[in-house]
Amino acid sequence: MMKQIGKYLGGLLAQVGGAAEMVRSSFFWLFRSKFEFHQAMNQGVAIGVESFGVTALTSLFTGMVLALQAGNTINNIFGDPIFVGTIVAFSLIRELGPVLTGVVVSGRAGAAVTAQIGTMAVTEQIDALYTLGTNPIRYLVIPRLFGFVLTMPILTLFSNVFGIIGGYLVAVFALGVPGEIYITDITTFMGVRDFLHGFIKSFIFAFMIGTVCCYKGISTRGGAEGVGKSTTGAVVTTIVLILVLDYFLTAILTALGI
Amino acid sequence: MIEIKDLHKSFGDKEVLKGINLQIPEGKVTCILGGSGCGKSTLIKCLIRLEEPTSGQILVDGKDITHLQNEIRLAAIRRHFGYLFQEGALFDSMTVGENVSFGLKYLTHVPESEYPKIIKEKLALVGLREEVAQLNPSELSGGMKKRVSLARVLAVNPKAILYDEPTTGLDPIMSDIISDLILDLKAKLKVTSVVITHDMRSAFKIADYIAFLYEGKILLHGTPEEFRKTDNPYVKQFVSGSSHGPIQMKLMKE
Repeated sequence: MMKQIGKYLGGLLAQVGGAAEMVRSSFFWLFRSKFEFHQAMNQGVAIGVESFGVTALTSLFTGMVLALQAGNTINNIFGDPIFVGTIVAFSLIRELGPVLTGVVVSGRAGAAVTAQIGTMAVTEQIDALYTLGTNPIRYLVIPRLFGFVLTMPILTLFSNVFGIIGGYLVAVFALGVPGEIYITDITTFMGVRDFLHGFIKSFIFAFMIGTVCCYKGISTRGGAEGVGKSTTGAVVTTIVLILVLDYFLTAILTALGI
Repeated sequence: MIEIKDLHKSFGDKEVLKGINLQIPEGKVTCILGGSGCGKSTLIKCLIRLEEPTSGQILVDGKDITHLQNEIRLAAIRRHFGYLFQEGALFDSMTVGENVSFGLKYLTHVPESEYPKIIKEKLALVGLREEVAQLNPSELSGGMKKRVSLARVLAVNPKAILYDEPTTGLDPIMSDIISDLILDLKAKLKVTSVVITHDMRSAFKIADYIAFLYEGKILLHGTPEEFRKTDNPYVKQFVSGSSHGPIQMKLMKE
């Protein structure tokens, strides 16, 4: 039993070490080779296009359910659905926007990245890159990391907008809150700080998703089964890490006054 | 010239190469023979450091590359080698033409306007028509994939080419065409070739030297003539392709 736990922990640490080494190598090559601008743009667009629809839909309904729950609860206590806009926007911009977008991006684009790089690894295409004068870090990892980091904050912004629209629809048409009040509730209580809070989170999530998904892809072994394993592994790891990181980031950012 | 001295390679507890000593002369074809899973691919992957040897030495033109860690220097060493992968390892997100010209971008200063000319020329060299350049790798047969892969290797004019089972999975005629190609390249371009194979017919046709790898060691290294005349029972059995002999006995013991 102890031996198995030790083996598992050893494996886990080896993976963390491998991922850290990949990040180090990414920075090494970033400053020593021509940046694959075209590739990075393609990746960014692909990640954005793949994830936009699902992000919009999840955010819209999350905004709607937030408004409904908050509105009903407040109505029961105060007899009037006040501050619905504040609650919806506050939850979305600081927490749910980055978290939901992260989950969707890792499930859609992250899984695709791991599966693609993983397939390249098991069919020796990664080795072929080395023999043709480039390497997977430079050619595959750096453009994808940039793709995630550039796209995630933009997707998060869209996610916030769709969530607030969802909240607006429910607040105005189901709870009878006047539209202007919903908007004023948001603009009065929300500041640049709150946007920064969400933005920093989405940025860090993006970097984490890119790192985990690329690393899982590159370290894939064992044919089609291996590709399946690393893809599910990448998605599960990123989703868990998003939720764990979210707590610590909130704690740190709040302590810093952001 | 490539010199291998007392090369060991282990994966975890399993020792795959157990002290290989081999010299690979320039401009010649050296075939490495051996059964499946005896470490042939590991050996040539060590030569371009796709695998790092556990111990021993690999000298390329006198330079020790065995434990080179600097990624830029490693890339400079790999520049001299072409590697033909067993399944071709074509990039499936690109067309055949883009595959063939891939190395030009990273390994040469050839302007992009000359890529179509080079693609056409190298495809012709491996007996493929220009139109193939527009196809995707998934539309090619096994033999065509290998030839496109070879064209991709040739595009960057390497000094040495490492072939990982170039004739495996091909019909006898296509195998012979590939063997002719290897000889052709030696004659025309004077490239050093290292060919991993268990295709005896091809080996005897193309090899200047043959090395027989068995259980992680070189059992015999010599000319094809020496291989035909040898008394070594392992080599004799492998050359004749018989299921009876010491190799089978060993297999049964395990």
